[in-house]
Formats: sequence, structure tokens, C-alpha cells
Amino acid sequence: MIVEIGHYALVLALFVSILQGTMPLIGASRGQVRWMALAAPASWAQLFTVSVAFAALTVAYLGSDFSVLNVIKNSHTTKPMLYKISGVWGNHEGSMLLWVLILAVFGSAVSLFGRNLPEGLKARVLSVQGLIAVGFLLFILLTSNPFERVFPPPADGESLNPLLQDPGLAFHPPFLYLGYVGFSMAFSFAIAALLEGRVDPSWARWVRPWTLAAWSFLTVGIVLGSWWAYYELGWGGWWFWDPVENASFMPWLAGTALLHSAIVAEKRDTLKAWTIFLAIVAFSLSLLGTFLVRSGVLTSVHAFATDPERGVFILVLLIIAIGGSFALFAWRGPSIKTGGMFKPVSREGALLLNNLLMTTATAVVLLGTLYPLFIDALDLGKVSVGAPFFNAAFIPIMIPLVLAMAVGPFLSWKRSGLMTPLMKLKFVFIASLAAAAMTFSMKQDASILASFGIFMAVWLGAGTLWEFSSRIKLFAAPFGESMKRMGKMPRSMWGMTLTHFGLAIAIVGMIGAEAWKVESIQVMKPGEMVTVSGWDYTFEGAREVAGPNYVALRGSFTVRRSGEKETFVTLYPEKRVYTVTQRPTTEAGIHTTWLGDLYAVIGDPSKDNSGAFVTRLYFNPLVAWMWFGATIMVIGGLVSLTDRRHRVGVPKPSAAPAPAAKK
Amino acid sequence: MKRKHRRLSIVLLALLALGGAVALVMAAFEENIVFFFSPTEIAEKQITAEQRLRVGGLVEEGSIGKAEDGVTVTFVVTDTVNTVPVAFKGILPDLFREGQGVVIEGHMINGVFKADNVLAKHDENYMPPEVAEALKKSGAWKHAQEDLENQK
Repeated sequence: MIVEIGHYALVLALFVSILQGTMPLIGASRGQVRWMALAAPASWAQLFTVSVAFAALTVAYLGSDFSVLNVIKNSHTTKPMLYKISGVWGNHEGSMLLWVLILAVFGSAVSLFGRNLPEGLKARVLSVQGLIAVGFLLFILLTSNPFERVFPPPADGESLNPLLQDPGLAFHPPFLYLGYVGFSMAFSFAIAALLEGRVDPSWARWVRPWTLAAWSFLTVGIVLGSWWAYYELGWGGWWFWDPVENASFMPWLAGTALLHSAIVAEKRDTLKAWTIFLAIVAFSLSLLGTFLVRSGVLTSVHAFATDPERGVFILVLLIIAIGGSFALFAWRGPSIKTGGMFKPVSREGALLLNNLLMTTATAVVLLGTLYPLFIDALDLGKVSVGAPFFNAAFIPIMIPLVLAMAVGPFLSWKRSGLMTPLMKLKFVFIASLAAAAMTFSMKQDASILASFGIFMAVWLGAGTLWEFSSRIKLFAAPFGESMKRMGKMPRSMWGMTLTHFGLAIAIVGMIGAEAWKVESIQVMKPGEMVTVSGWDYTFEGAREVAGPNYVALRGSFTVRRSGEKETFVTLYPEKRVYTVTQRPTTEAGIHTTWLGDLYAVIGDPSKDNSGAFVTRLYFNPLVAWMWFGATIMVIGGLVSLTDRRHRVGVPKPSAAPAPAAKK
Repeated sequence: MKRKHRRLSIVLLALLALGGAVALVMAAFEENIVFFFSPTEIAEKQITAEQRLRVGGLVEEGSIGKAEDGVTVTFVVTDTVNTVPVAFKGILPDLFREGQGVVIEGHMINGVFKADNVLAKHDENYMPPEVAEALKKSGAWKHAQEDLENQK
């Protein structure tokens, strides 16, 4: 019964969203207030109906209702509670339902927080949201119904893919979707603005918090995925430039560009058409990402079995959404007037440089990801574009970006000199050089490239801190005044400082993990010892242990510092076999220190019953810095989101000295 | 600076970024594109040891063995018409099984494919499109499909 209610609610949601997608839009173009006023209640109704559907599916999972096909395919009575819940979105149908739920949440958030939005803009934004919902609800109802029943129900389910039974991956999809769908807000605002033919700073002020929220969520999602790949796949790597990874990375890059151009649009009333363009691009790439992952057109290490019919549906949806919005942009975009002027060397110029490089990088990733598809479509053979391509084409674009990141915040709006900020950064430059030289001399195997990477990280990190301290006049003014200035600093500035600094930390981690990783593969008998990067790993043998729904072969490695007797840590890598699916998974044994991760994986036992195993041991330097830096970046995004300006709301364009404007 | 000039300098900068990116991409494509072959194509074509490639097919039943060092795994990839012997040093992905689709990446050296990457799948029911293609060409697709069905 509950399942039928869920299905029914989903159909209702479709009708509500058709209503939401059309009536307010028509009302706004005709100036009919009543029709426009329909938008807000419709968004609430949509949230309610989709929530009921989602709750119904969750109930089916929690109660292991095996009359539902989706539950049979992805659940089992012995599965731990956490994965019964995450199983709801750990499959295609459920994850699409989550997509729509998040869309509904964002839509009703506009109704809730958007009380002081101009009535026409609000109606149009909610309408565009409604239209997106129509597309996805149709997709779910027609091709991926999660409420399909089966008769007679089997005694038990087939359980969830064991790779997904992991805390990191349980929350990876929701965050990713919060990011993807979050960009739909910027998109809806962009489309609404194009329809209205008016873009002013208050518009940009509205777009910024949504973009910021989406960006923060997407960052969390990507990092969770990367972290999961690092500890679960047992390859010691954290980013593979795999199509599915790229699918989430492209909206992130475009979203980062959007975040920065929206600042210019808000503060200086310029780059508006460009900001709108980026908003469309960011969401289009989110849709493309969904398409790439869900259609299975690309060979990917992360690919799951897929259904071509769905791929075609999403492709059509993609063409309508992206084609339509770009056509609208081409039609209405040129009429957007530019405001404030600026010189190339200025804060605007620096943000524009960020935009150019970010979009170029996005284009490079897009090209590399889709290239195999083009070649295949032209029948020129089958090719794959892997990490070497991306490393060669992407990283050179990031170098000027990171170098400019330290300088940009020193520049003033409108016009600025380059010499003054560069002179201010001379100590930072010396420090970075020193750090690079130290790296080069300390690490015997340090390449010039890795040392240059450290130079960039220190340049960015120290430059960001230097900018922060000069902003609060640390050491230049009495300490008390500095503290006062710090207290008065807007949250958005805090946000910038934190995120830029976080990136510097993350870069250190990436360089460590890429440049100085030590790997050793061998056969080890119990009691045997192998030294990896100054750590002695002694294999103590393996034994069987039982988990809640799996049996594991658990190896144990005693790790000591080379030459020392004292045990530093014991690692327990596992090879699990899940009872229901009979599928094996690898669980790496990892111990994290600030200098690097001790990482052990156990492979197949040797056939001669000697108790020997193939083992793979790693020392992954500075990996923790990567996760730590990314966490700081997300905190920066959230801090910026709490900026007072966003809460006070938007000043009316006509009312000149609005309360929020003084700062 | 006039508005026109500002526009021009932005456009120039954008062109510069784009041009640089194109140059980077072209250079990177030249060196880093990996072609995909089926075992039959490997048998038909002249392949040098420098050429990096991907091969897809099924892991032949009963072909998995260990080299003397105990670490290198050997197996045979087949499209049911031709076969390629493979050597891979390392731990195989969890879902690597005999009779299943696989994509390997590496170099063909003296008639043996030295793989440095064996693509793992997250999902047993998943068949890499290239493998499906290679099997379709050799007419073994139906057989492979049945295999997949049996594993469900």
C-alpha cells in the first residue's frame, strides 16, 4: 500500500510541476499576479509529493519489502541499517528520485527565503525549476520507476553491490547531487533573468549564495568519491581522470568560475552576460555528467550496468535543456547592458583571468572526456584518453591560475598597478623559493616539477595569509586594532582566505601523493619483512573473520620504523567476500600520519598452502593534507555562505543606500 | 582606456588562453591517446613495442596462472577467434574472473602483452562497450551475453 502511495505521489508531483512550470511563467509574461502567485504553493506541493514518494521507497527498504523490484535488486535482510538507508539512492532509480527530491528542496527554499525577491523574477525562477522537474519526473516514471512490483515476491533480496556498502560512498551521491542540483538554481535565475531581459547587481547577489552552496556540496561530494577510491579500490590512487570522475569535476570547474564572475557582476555590475553564460554552462555540465554516468556510453572503471533506453531519454532531455537555454542566451544575451569599466590590471581583471583559465580547463577536460565518443562516432577507431593526456593538458593551465591567485586579492577594483602587490609579495616569493630549494635538496628523488609544485603551494598559501594579515593590518597597527579589523571583516572575505589557503594545503598533498609515492608488490610468507620508504612491514599472516554480511580474510602487518624494535602500528587489510552476492572487495589497511599514509593491501594466497600472500605495500606521502585542505575549502565556502549580506537580503535597486550596502 | 580597447584586450587574452589550450591539447593528444584493439586486430596488425594500447575481450577459461616470481599473473584474453597472452604484475581487481570481460592497457612485447593496468568494474553485470564491440565483431556476443546472464 505504501509503495502505491509513493508511486501515486510521484505522478501527482509530475502534474504539480507541470503546473509550476507553466502557469507562473505565463502569468509573469502577462503580468497576472494571481498566476504568478501560484509558483510558491506549487513548489511546496512539489516538495510534499516528492518527499512522500521518497519516504515510501525508504520505508520499503527499511522493511525489506521484497515485492518491490528495486528493493530486491539492491537490498537484503542481513544488510546493516546504514546501507539499507543508503541503498535507497545506491541504485539508478532511487538516485534519480533523490535528484528530484533535492530539486524540490531547492525550489521550496526559493519560496521560503525569496520573500523579498521581485514577484516576476521569483515566479520565473520557480517555473524554470518546475520545468526541470517535469523532465526528470517523466524520466523516472517512464523509464526508471522505483516502485515497480514483482509477484510473487522472493524470500530475500540480491543485496547491494558490496563496493557501495561503505560509509564514504553512502554519502557521496547525496552530496554530489546537492551540488549538481544546486547549480540548477543559478541556471533558473539565469533563464529567468534572460526572460525578463534584466540583470542587475541584486540579481547577482541572489545567485551567489546558491552557487556557493552548490559549490560547497559538490566539493564535499567529489572529495568523498576520491577518498573512497583511495581506500576502497586498493590501488593507492585518488584521482584517475576517469570519465565518471570528470563528469563531476567539469561542473565544479565551471561552478568555480561562476562563483568568481558573480562577484564581479554583483560588485561592479559588469560581466553580466558572461555570468549568465557560466550559470547555463555549469548546470549543462551537471546534466551532461548525469548523462555520462547514467547512459554508460563511456568505458569507465566506475561504470555500472546501464540501460541504453535511459541514455537516449537523458540525451533528449539534455538537448532540450542545453540547446534551449543557449538559444535563449543567443537571442536575449546581447541586450544585457554592461556596467562598470575596468582596466586589465584590476580586481575585475584578476577575476576575469580566473574565469578564462577555469573555462579553458573545463573545455580541456570536456574535450578529453568526449573525444573517444567523437572518434567512435566518426568510425575512426576506438581510443581512450587517460591520465597522461589530462596531466599534460590540464596542469599547465592550473599553473598560471594558482600563481595569479596569490596576487589577485591584492588588486583593487577598477584599476590597479601590478608593481605594488608584487612588491608586497616579495617575502612570500623568497619563502616559496626557499621551500622549493629545501624540497629539492631534502628529497633525493625530488624532481624539478615537484619542487615547483611546492613553490606554487607555498606561494599561494603564504600569499593568502599575507593578504589576510595586511587586510587586518597585523603588526602595522596595534594588536587590538588588528583584532577589531578581523572581527569586522566580512564573512565572504574569510571565506576567500580559507578556500584559497585550503587549496594551497591540498596542492601540497597532491604533489606528495603523486611525486613521492613508493609502491612495492611481492609475495610474503608469514614473518617475512619488507621495507618501504623507511618503514618495515612484517607480515604476520592472515585469518578469517566474519562481518555482518560478509566473510573476510584479514591480514595483519606490523609496521616499525626501520631499525627500531617498537611496533609503530598494526595494519589490517582485508579481502572480503559478501555472502549474498559472493562478490569480493578489497579493504586497504591504512594508517594516516601527517607525513604520509602507511597503506597495505592483501591479494591472493599462494596455491602451495604455505600461508604466503601477494601483498602490495605503499607509502603515500602527505595524502592527509589533501583531505585536510579540501575540508578547509569547504569550510571556507560555508563561512562565506553565512555572510550577513546574504541574510539581510537584496536591496531594492531603486532604494539607494540600503542597509546591506554599508560595510 | 576606451571600452572598445578593453573589449579588445579581453578578447585577445581569451584567444591567447584558447590558443595555448589548443596547443596543449594537440601535443597531449599526439602522445597520450591509447588505441583500442581486439585480439583479432592484434593478430592482423603490425604492432611495435612502443605503441601503448588497450585490448578488450574475455578472460579465457582455465588460462589464469602465475609466473615463477609468484607475483606476475598470466592469462589469455580472447575474442573467441584469436587470443592474446597477457602478463600483469600486481594485484588483480576484485571482479577479475575467468570467462568475464576485461580491458587491459599496456604494451605488446615479443608476442606477450605486458599489461600495467587491468580495468576493474564496480558491477558484475557491466560489459565494457569496447569488449562488447570486439565480441560482436567475432560473432561471440550472444555467447558472452549468456555468460553474463548466468552470473546474475
